[in-house]
Amino acid sequence: MIKLLAKVPWRKTGRVSSWYAQNSVGMKMQASLSELTKRFCQVLPEDAVLVKEEQLVPYECDGLTAYRQVPRLALLPATCEQVQAAVSVCRDLELPIVARGAGTSLSGGALPHPEGVLLNFARLNRVLEIDPQNRTATVEPGVRNLAISEATRPYGLYYAPDPSSQIACTIGGNIAENSGGIHCLKYGLTVHNILALKVLTVDGEIIELGGKHLESPGFDLLALMNGSEGMLGVVLQATVKLLPQPHERKVLLAAFSHVRDAGSAVAAIISHGIIPAGLEMMDHFTIQATEQYCSPGYPKDAAAILICELDGYEEELADQTEHARQLLEQHQATDVRLASDEQEAEVLWEGRKAAFPALGNLSPDYYCMDGTIPRKHLAEVLEEIYALSGKFGLRVANVFHAGDGNLHPLILYDANEEGQLEKAEEFGSEILQLCVRMGGTITGEHGVGVEKLDQMCVQFNSKELQTFFAIKSAFDEHGLLNPGKAIPTLHRCAEFGAMHVHKGKLPHADLPRF
Amino acid sequence: MTDSREIIAARIRDAAKHKTALQLLGGNTKAFYGRSIQATPLCLAVHSGVVEYEPSELYITARCGTPLNTIEQIIGKENQMLPFEPPHFGPAATLGGAVAAGLAGPRRASSGAVRDSMLGVEIINGKGEYLCFGGKVMKNVAGYDVSRLMSGALGTLGALMSVTLRLQPRPQCEHTAVVPETHADAIHKMNAWARTPMPITATFHDGKHLYVRLSGSSSAVEKCLSAIGGDYIEQSEHFWTRVREQTHEAFASDAPLWRIQVPPSTGPLGISGPCAMEWNGALRWYATHTEASTIREITCQADGQACRFRGPVIEHVFNPLPPALLKIHQRLKHAFDPEGILNPGKMYPQF
Ligand SMILES: Cc1cc2nc3c(=O)[nH]c(=O)nc-3n(C[C@H](O)[C@H](O)[C@H](O)COP(=O)(O)OP(=O)(O)OC[C@H]3O[C@@H](n4cnc5c(N)ncnc54)[C@H](O)[C@@H]3O)c2cc1C
Repeated sequence: MIKLLAKVPWRKTGRVSSWYAQNSVGMKMQASLSELTKRFCQVLPEDAVLVKEEQLVPYECDGLTAYRQVPRLALLPATCEQVQAAVSVCRDLELPIVARGAGTSLSGGALPHPEGVLLNFARLNRVLEIDPQNRTATVEPGVRNLAISEATRPYGLYYAPDPSSQIACTIGGNIAENSGGIHCLKYGLTVHNILALKVLTVDGEIIELGGKHLESPGFDLLALMNGSEGMLGVVLQATVKLLPQPHERKVLLAAFSHVRDAGSAVAAIISHGIIPAGLEMMDHFTIQATEQYCSPGYPKDAAAILICELDGYEEELADQTEHARQLLEQHQATDVRLASDEQEAEVLWEGRKAAFPALGNLSPDYYCMDGTIPRKHLAEVLEEIYALSGKFGLRVANVFHAGDGNLHPLILYDANEEGQLEKAEEFGSEILQLCVRMGGTITGEHGVGVEKLDQMCVQFNSKELQTFFAIKSAFDEHGLLNPGKAIPTLHRCAEFGAMHVHKGKLPHADLPRF
Repeated sequence: MTDSREIIAARIRDAAKHKTALQLLGGNTKAFYGRSIQATPLCLAVHSGVVEYEPSELYITARCGTPLNTIEQIIGKENQMLPFEPPHFGPAATLGGAVAAGLAGPRRASSGAVRDSMLGVEIINGKGEYLCFGGKVMKNVAGYDVSRLMSGALGTLGALMSVTLRLQPRPQCEHTAVVPETHADAIHKMNAWARTPMPITATFHDGKHLYVRLSGSSSAVEKCLSAIGGDYIEQSEHFWTRVREQTHEAFASDAPLWRIQVPPSTGPLGISGPCAMEWNGALRWYATHTEASTIREITCQADGQACRFRGPVIEHVFNPLPPALLKIHQRLKHAFDPEGILNPGKMYPQF
């Protein structure tokens, strides 16, 4: 795991307070802390109301450690009724509410509000029902992603989305961020795998969206909740889709002397009708770092490697593996290996899974980006990122979900060195703007949070942002849920002053392109 | 800009100014679906053409007036298909109509709904503003997911101008197994198979026979055919088109047709009249004169939903929304269409 809670020296620098100053909600007369404690203790057990500094510090940040802020108080409800009661107190007192799962968000989605309540879902962690007949599991929001597959394994079923943080992150957080994972190329993102939600609105009402059946009438609010970053409602319960465990998997590793070849191999595999379960790329720097860290036996001289996992029905798999191997070779792979058994497959994946910690070992700090681009631009964008690395004088490593064009450039920096964090952020911002220019997006799976508010101004115009505000207020009129996150104010965008690159659109966009 | 988009936007702005309700029309093939409304027609079929299609990227961007047939031909040449296998219900069917109706065909249980393939949209909202959401990449969490919200909204939130959809490679081979099976046994079998990794991409029960489509490499398909047993239809495309378009004899009845969704393994519902099933039992079609209230009661008890798909006009085509949900719907409608001029009442009488 990466250093989620690494201490950083700029903790009290006012970065957060100035951010919140812009995003403050209109508050009623401030109740004193002791009054608040009293109110919450009326509806929650005493040990579920945390007010002491040492109790609050663990919540001061999520996976984006550059932003820190302790909440006014934190609550640890253990039942839906307690959540409902707590939210109702917050509504009465107009206190901002920030929900928190495991706090692994990489965009500051779970960053507390200085005047508000942090609602921690750690105690709502029960698997309520496994329904093997209908292939569903119903769980509380604080259930860890991996715990679902562990609980359903005896039935030969599993929950497909597998973010690499899956041992820690919760289904509530996954829904809020619409998280992906290595296997989402074939099995979809969180949104494709959630069948039903029970949501508490800030008005105190419980709405049920979806069901074990496939579709419901009305607007698709189920889809809307996914990726809404805790801004529209509080998820109390989720019913997820379970899939039968595949018969078997095959893992191929291919090495390339040029990033460009690796990029075109990715496009070739997909355009030949093969949808791998996972298709991941690691660049030279990452390979070196990983070899130093855990020696998975990757070809050290390669400019890039691809790891391609195929799964499915036995007979189909043999054909597809052979086809994929041929395509990799046709695209100038210098070496293609097929794991001969499950153990070898594990070893090939081990390096990929250890890549983040391996890079963390090389640098005091790193900053993980999350832009997505059309696959065909992979090589071009990587080359541009290397050029930017030179310009900013910061090292960058690329290890990412190549199959769906989701980049995760890791910018290495040292926060103890004056100005490096700012440089890293500027570098990151240029990468994201590059993604938008290439027809992509500023975030594939990590969310906007507090981190990418400025880049949102590049991707959307003011009318579009206003639509987002209107959606927000359809659910949360007074803006109490996770205020200030995900959607920038128009004022902020004006300040950012970015030129509006309209969806990276080509000239003559109106002409057909077949 | 003098393209048809600008003309449509001007019409909508004008309608908003005069509070004139508009009925958005694509190919007018699915007008029967939803509630029937009286409003000034606004034809969107003129805005057509493919904007961008690159097979290796597995997406297509097209204007919403493009005929569904055209889209399927173009992507078919590259051995690709729309994952949700949408029903056309007539040669004039447009892409926009398919997305707005949000109806998926036989492949739904294996490849997802219309919304699952939505990557991006361009719309004109009820104020006549041109807006873009989403994009053309598979993964995108920037801002709320307005693209998916548009699918199945029956044109009540905006006029769709263009959409970007994820595509799927066509399987190398598709055959269909046919086994005689009762209604109850069919439910049981479909759900048992769904718990195995067999590459089943459609199921249909017509009352007497269970049809199971298998897709993939020929070796895999053949092995599964023999595992399932019974007879089989080779190159079964035509058969599934008849299921999708409801020209199969199982849909021949004149009685009102109900589209009922339940958890797939739910046993027989006991509604009178012939029942056809798809999606491993999750979708059940009943041609019946049974009272709407009775059907709704039965489906509610089964944790399901009932939609009156075809038949004489009734007040509630879809299950009525509980008050808290209705309130959110009305507010969302207001956010996109403050004057309430876009297909008002098409989905629910209140908005
Ligand atoms: C090492 C590492 C690897 C990662 N790998 C991946 C990856 O491969 N793919 C990927 O997509 N992400 C990845 N992430 C990011 C992160 O793990 C995901 O975003 C995850 O879904 C967050 O879950 P969480 O439980 O930690 O949520 P938190 O960080 O606690 O919260 C995230 C958001 O969810 C909201 N939220 C939480 N619970 C609820 C609820 N019950 N109701 C409403 N809102 C709620 C919060 O308010 C916040 O906005 C990674 C992170 C780390 C640190």
